[in-house]
Amino acid sequence: MRFLMYSLDPAVPAPPDPQMLAELGTLTEDTKRAGVLLATGGLGMGSTRVRNAAGKLSVTDGPFTETKELTGGFALIEAKSKDEAIEWARRFRKIVGDGESIVQEVFGG
Amino acid sequence: MSASDTQGAIDAVWRIEAPRLIAGLTRIVRDIGLAEDLAQDALVAALEQWPSAGVPDNPAAWLMATAKHRAIDRLRRDQRLARKQEQLGRELEAEERMGPADLNAIGSDDDLLRLIFMSSHPVLSTDARVALTLRLLGGLTTDEIARAFLVPESTIAQRIVRAKKALADARVPFEVPRGEALTAQLASVLQVIYLVFNEGYAATAGDDWMRAGLCEDALRLGRVLAELAPNEPEVHGLVALMEVQASRARARVGPTGEPVLLLDQDRGQWDRLLIHRGLAALARAVSLGGPAGQYVLQAEIAAHHARAATAAETDWRAIADAYDALALVVPSAVVELNRAVAHGMAFGPRAGLALVDRLVDEPALKTYHLLPSVRGDLLVKLGRSAEARVEFERAASLTDNVRERTFLLRRPARAAEPGPPIVPLQ
Repeated sequence: MRFLMYSLDPAVPAPPDPQMLAELGTLTEDTKRAGVLLATGGLGMGSTRVRNAAGKLSVTDGPFTETKELTGGFALIEAKSKDEAIEWARRFRKIVGDGESIVQEVFGG
Repeated sequence: MSASDTQGAIDAVWRIEAPRLIAGLTRIVRDIGLAEDLAQDALVAALEQWPSAGVPDNPAAWLMATAKHRAIDRLRRDQRLARKQEQLGRELEAEERMGPADLNAIGSDDDLLRLIFMSSHPVLSTDARVALTLRLLGGLTTDEIARAFLVPESTIAQRIVRAKKALADARVPFEVPRGEALTAQLASVLQVIYLVFNEGYAATAGDDWMRAGLCEDALRLGRVLAELAPNEPEVHGLVALMEVQASRARARVGPTGEPVLLLDQDRGQWDRLLIHRGLAALARAVSLGGPAGQYVLQAEIAAHHARAATAAETDWRAIADAYDALALVVPSAVVELNRAVAHGMAFGPRAGLALVDRLVDEPALKTYHLLPSVRGDLLVKLGRSAEARVEFERAASLTDNVRERTFLLRRPARAAEPGPPIVPLQ
């Protein structure tokens, strides 16, 4: 089973400290060594929204301070169960602190 | 967390940590059976304590420490075991005095690699290697393995008990082999993983989902092994082969569950991520140098198909070359038949037929329906329809698969149509 993991946090996150980065590096290694990590990547600051409202397309550049945004990065993992995916997300969240991580199953490919 | 969340968390922690836990314990107690018992004891303790106390911060360390305490308890209770394992008792007690840091150290990469080699050791039968590997390294329960392999649970349970005993009786050391032994034992490890993969790949729509899950289990084991043994080209070759084959999972079955042959598949349905991973693994294998082994060569063949945007763009000459090399590394009648198909595509039906005709008296292919089927296909291309019809009928009589038989019997009617051949290779 495939899962996408990402975080929703306020648009302007606190800069990560070196210890946190080191711990995240170890966690990424752990997911590789456990054979679960398929793909991962960091996300650039500020997103751009492409919206369709009644056929009228508009493009707006972020950051959007009023809402939460995808931040940091994402990971696509292949886990045996949803419980396993959640356990990896717990390990991630423990390191990065307050905020929310989302775990969602991915179909197809 | 609710009780069911905790239960889920325990399952997940077990799935992730069990292989290293068992590996670390095997290093200490030098007995795979005792190590697994201790790990199971720790799991039972977690099931008892975590729902009320919560999941510990470092669950792996908790499990390891608990298992080691159980080991000490057992040695104290069982004097006979203690005498036999006197050295071990002293080591464990010394570790206990050293404090949590050492006590909690879970199995290292080396330990895990040793456990992988031990589980696929040549003193065991192939069935036993598969069962033990899935149980200790795949984290599957006996019941799950039984369901996946369509055998009674008691059969798998017995197989695992006997395998552990056989390893103990043969005093198989807990170590990574070196030199020539490494080559032979690595081949055994790779064979077990690929066998698990193929068992999953052979699963059909009506099967228990556990069966198809074997592909993921095998891929995961392969990916783990690639991290542990990064300098072995064949390990990356096997991973590449499995990634590329898995990329076609959705395309190889039609809407009514019928198999769709490689050249007929909708390539838009191939999983690009797995292809990308497969090609990267193959590049890694090739960059390590040395003569290409059987998995690297098979991965190369799979990669040539994966790179072709359409079936017509397939580089058959390169595939024929790879089959020539494969036939030298692992000579077999089935490889020869595939080689004949590739030559037929690369150099014309006459070249293919010349190779197939050499196989007609091959005992290993006597009842193999793909031999007459391939031969019939080449005859069609040469305009020898009457002979082709005989071959297709013979092929149909040799397969038990109804769908396949229908397909083959329709072949003579289609004989005049140009089209892709029946390619046995996947």
